[in-house]
Amino acid sequence: MKLDSKIPSGPLEGKWEKHIMEGKLVNPANKRKYDIIIVGSGLAGSSAAATLGELGYKVKCFTFHDSPRRAHSIAAQGGINAAKNYQNDGDSVYRLFYDTIKGGDFRSREANVYRLAQVSANIIDQCAAQGVPFAREYGGLLANRSFGGAQVSRTFYARGQTGQQLLLGAYSALSRQVGLGTVELCANEEMLELVVVDGHAKGIITRNLNTGEISRHSAHAVVLGTGGYGNVFNLSTYARQSNVTAAWRAHRKGAAFANPCYTQIHPTCIPVSGDYQSKLTLMSESLRNDGRIWAPKKKGDKRPPSQIPEEERDYYLERKYPSFGNLAPRDISSRAAKEACDDGRGVGETGLGVYLDFSDAIKRLGADTIKERYGNLFDIYKEITDESAYEVPMRIYPAVHYTMGGLWVDYNLMSNLEGLFVMGEANFSDHGANRLGASALMQGLADGYFVLPYTIPHYLANLTASSAPSTDDQEFVKAEEAVKERTEKLLGNKGSKSVKSFHKRLGNIMWDHCGMARTKEKLEEAIKLIPELRKEFWADVRVPGEGKELNQSLESAGRVADFLELGELMCRDALAREESCGGHFREEHQYEDGEAKRDDENFAHVAAWEYKGEDQEPVRHTEELVYESVKFATRSYK
Amino acid sequence: MNVKLRVWRQKNSETEGRFENYEAKNLNPNMSFLEMMDVVNEDLTDAGEEPIAFAHDCREGICGTCSCMIDGKPHGPEHGVATCQTYMRSFKDGDTITVEPFRATAFPIVKDLVTDRAAFDKIQQAGGFITVRTGAAPDANSIPIGKEIADLAMDAAACIGCGACVAACKNASAMLFVSAKAGQLNLLPQGQPEKDRRVLSMVAAMDEAGFGNCTNQYECSAACPKMISEEFISKLNRDFVGATVRNAVKAKAL
Repeated sequence: MKLDSKIPSGPLEGKWEKHIMEGKLVNPANKRKYDIIIVGSGLAGSSAAATLGELGYKVKCFTFHDSPRRAHSIAAQGGINAAKNYQNDGDSVYRLFYDTIKGGDFRSREANVYRLAQVSANIIDQCAAQGVPFAREYGGLLANRSFGGAQVSRTFYARGQTGQQLLLGAYSALSRQVGLGTVELCANEEMLELVVVDGHAKGIITRNLNTGEISRHSAHAVVLGTGGYGNVFNLSTYARQSNVTAAWRAHRKGAAFANPCYTQIHPTCIPVSGDYQSKLTLMSESLRNDGRIWAPKKKGDKRPPSQIPEEERDYYLERKYPSFGNLAPRDISSRAAKEACDDGRGVGETGLGVYLDFSDAIKRLGADTIKERYGNLFDIYKEITDESAYEVPMRIYPAVHYTMGGLWVDYNLMSNLEGLFVMGEANFSDHGANRLGASALMQGLADGYFVLPYTIPHYLANLTASSAPSTDDQEFVKAEEAVKERTEKLLGNKGSKSVKSFHKRLGNIMWDHCGMARTKEKLEEAIKLIPELRKEFWADVRVPGEGKELNQSLESAGRVADFLELGELMCRDALAREESCGGHFREEHQYEDGEAKRDDENFAHVAAWEYKGEDQEPVRHTEELVYESVKFATRSYK
Repeated sequence: MNVKLRVWRQKNSETEGRFENYEAKNLNPNMSFLEMMDVVNEDLTDAGEEPIAFAHDCREGICGTCSCMIDGKPHGPEHGVATCQTYMRSFKDGDTITVEPFRATAFPIVKDLVTDRAAFDKIQQAGGFITVRTGAAPDANSIPIGKEIADLAMDAAACIGCGACVAACKNASAMLFVSAKAGQLNLLPQGQPEKDRRVLSMVAAMDEAGFGNCTNQYECSAACPKMISEEFISKLNRDFVGATVRNAVKAKAL
């Protein structure tokens, strides 16, 4: 497998412009001769579909949702970063670039991240012009706030619903193109197979979720913007339908999967309250500005928090990281909470929780100020737990909420499979081993509005064949048969256990073995457990209902089947990466004080896995990360 | 706690539906309504029956997918929340809860509690946007917008497109939905050039999709999980009248 990142030569600052100048263009009259399939309608998918449709290409945009607006980008709360320097606080493209590289623990690709920082300012302009109601100052200019991992205020926001507003902006641009007829919207269609003809991605097979109809779609290029795979853990802050299927099907057809073990676990989520729980909810990182995190010093202390005296409380972040205290970064704060709970000092019914206590802040600032700052978050907390955080401390616990890994792409966002492009959270390229807050929205829109529309013409212009292959091609027939066979197998299985029960068990294995802290022993154990579970799934899963109509159990079964394969790959990747970096923490690789120990000499590379067949060991390939502009440095928060 | 359920079951849009009775036992009051439904569905699956189809996704009240009519109220008894943010503690032990899909001609039933709300997308496609090419935007700070106007636009933009407004309305009108999107864009300076065209196109698309007329009773606003104000309906009416007059005059002049 060849992994050529195709990073342009020359100084970092000029790479993107040079690349644009050197790329081929497609003449306006010829654009309509090219069909492009876009799978996914989140920030990346909607923005790319709208932009390519507007340029004149024939675009089909697929989403398994009933409307593009349901994509999970909608749930992002905090904001979007951009190097506008509107605050006059010393921000610049280079500073945003450097913060992102450092935040990613020096495991992302320099040229990609620099480009991301360069186009970040255009995104804000674009969204404001679309009517996205960003927060404003009284004078009418845009407001900013601060986010983790940065010392400048560069985050733009729309209340606590920034993702919603940006997605609705992209959705409105997409809707305009659908109305004009340049984009065909295919809602309720789930991609279940990628079609590869002569080594090029040429189409997809989809199932209509409402009718069960399976259909073939061909194009000159296929673009995936299908999001992350955090639901492999079952419980996460992802929407319940978020899944890896499109990306995984592409992986099975030859696209390399890069850094699958890089997952981000957010420290402040509302803890699991029972076995029935379906979903975890994030409590914004901003709460840690005024809240103090603690756990009881005594094991198994079941007293209500108000009855635990000050000297019996362990403010463990303040104790371990005195200079950053409660604002220690996400990965570190998450691991520390886990340690306390593993030690038997967790709180709440399940013992998997710690306190985020505002009583000192309320004493110091008054309840009104706290309400003004965090009122909406306190309301959400009350809604879910029926507890008032003004009176008792919040209970929080870490939860999976983003995946930095994804399909491998080059500088053009094209995977190693020609003609297959991957954007947003579905690719691996920009966040290294840890993503900074407010950077996911930036990347999704950068890829869709400003990167892909410049890189895809170069691929299309080089195509020799003038038309997309016929859907009667043998490869389409084979792919469709594979989908039908799999569907029938799942429905005909008539086993004894529900899909959900398997998802839960897989989630438990992943969380225990490949979660916040990983060891060789546990990972090796998981690599044995997951294939066993997979075997059991195919032998004993029960999928009620029929294939020719809406069947949510069937949808879920296909997705869980793919998670059962991905989970094993994540463990293999975590096992092979003998170092700790960002969200990937191997207990064997830490400094005496418990800090993550990176190994730049041996692991400053991207690990990209090649699929070799069912129950075959995948092959690990590497792409060296060459830093021309920045130097490796250690992160310390003591 | 235990509750009894009366749930609308309907195989597809062609077949007739009916209520079926189920029991949900040993519930934790801290469960969400949808988690209770998950439990019922697991029991049904284990018993070899087909689970109840219901729409859901983010389960944090923002995607607008979930859409149950609970005891005759869209999204259930609580104010300002979506179905997924309704918790079992809002009910009493032993309650009988009736669960139906959102009902409207423009939202045909797909199966059980799932409806097809593509009509909203059609309205959006007709005019719910500001025409701006990617890359053609001026610097964001070159268009100052007062905080009060920006905040008001944000109030309207908070709409999650769930359709509760339609389900709550005796006429199945989509006025609150349309007025929220049109209101957001019409309030902003960026939205002025297309204001008349937008309002006329969106209202025409709404009528074409089969939504009913508004008779100003504002059940929509009371049922809205984002508590969008009926004042946007007044604004839409004003904008519509203005657009119609200007359009008519222009037509004569030409």
